[in-house]
Amino acid sequence: MALDKNDVLEGLTEIIVEETGIDADQIALDKSFADDLDIDSLSMMTILALAEDRFDVEIPDDAVAGLTTLADAVDHIAGA
Amino acid sequence: MKGALLSQPANPGARILAVGGARGDRLVTNAELAGPIDSSDEWIRSRTGIATRARAADDQSMLDLAEAASRAALAAAGLGPDQLDLVILGSITHFLQTPAAAPQLATRLGASGAAAFDISAACAGYCYGIGLADCLVRSGAATHVLVVGADKLSEMVDPTDRTISFLLGDGAGAAVVGPSERPRIGPAVWGSDGAQAGRVGQDIDYRQAVAGGVWPTLRQDGPSVYKWAVFEISKAARAAIAAAGLTPDQIEVFLPHQANLRIIEQQVKRIGLSPEVIVARDIVETGNTSAASVPLATERLLRDDPQIGGKLALQLGFGAGLAYAAQVVELPPAGHRQPTAGGPATPFD
Repeated sequence: MALDKNDVLEGLTEIIVEETGIDADQIALDKSFADDLDIDSLSMMTILALAEDRFDVEIPDDAVAGLTTLADAVDHIAGA
Repeated sequence: MKGALLSQPANPGARILAVGGARGDRLVTNAELAGPIDSSDEWIRSRTGIATRARAADDQSMLDLAEAASRAALAAAGLGPDQLDLVILGSITHFLQTPAAAPQLATRLGASGAAAFDISAACAGYCYGIGLADCLVRSGAATHVLVVGADKLSEMVDPTDRTISFLLGDGAGAAVVGPSERPRIGPAVWGSDGAQAGRVGQDIDYRQAVAGGVWPTLRQDGPSVYKWAVFEISKAARAAIAAAGLTPDQIEVFLPHQANLRIIEQQVKRIGLSPEVIVARDIVETGNTSAASVPLATERLLRDDPQIGGKLALQLGFGAGLAYAAQVVELPPAGHRQPTAGGPATPFD
């Protein structure tokens, strides 16, 4: 069953806040992980691994380069 | 059947009697390496935790480092080289397929005649070696085993490589393993994943190097290795703690492979170690020395804080292969043991 995108965004936001300390208000679909939120490649891997566990989906390492914004990640997770 | 075979009498346990270490003499700063990779001291520190890496002079070889670390370990154990019956060397910077380096190391130490072989398990090499030594001593197949992790990684760096070269240092760490009246080395939880062989390692093999006239260097897919090290390896670490009959809060010292401080900090969290656990952070000064990093981190902690002798420590080696090994050990006492003339005073010394 496909996941609800709002639920994925909410869950992803919780993980990002927990792992990076970034304020939840700053996190939105159009934000870029690297450019807007200053999340580097290692923090990105932590966030995505935790998202894999939380949503019971697989995000192959080779797909990570294509996930630039929150929307990219939400689409990938919801469509996985 | 014309007769029944005998086997050696087994020992009830094995332990690490002492450790020794040797690092490259020169501490190379981030600023020295940042130019060719368009980086900075701040970037390298924030991504890796590394401030300097120890590198050896041109005339100091991997075997020289291994010999120095081994001599220090033997002296601290109070054992003569003639009391060793096996030398195990983990290294990826012995540039001969054959003969192995371990027999030469044994001869240099004066342990001529000891069994000796190399193992190729990269950054997990030392923990693989401790696992082997534990089994061999407990079975009675060996009494005193020297386990050495030694790498001169500066011979495999590319100054323009942004993936791994700037992390790497040179060093050797050694442990003497001997019998004990009870287990003081927990079961190794170890494994590998050859499907990810391309994630970290030598960029080209020696046939390609000869054909192309270029020297092989190391490369890694940093984010993928990071994810594996943090999430998969932390599970192996928890399994090793459970296999030793312990829970994570009972671990007093954490001795992870010194690959990246960010990995180490995440592992502490994912394994569920206590906030009071003493964490080895030798990487900040020494850098990543592959097979040498766990024993070097041990050596530094015992030197800086002799009170940790006898504490329960989680060793965690992981790297190219991919390969990993984890085990809980009781740390040896800091400082030197009394030398024993003519052999151990008791069977378990």
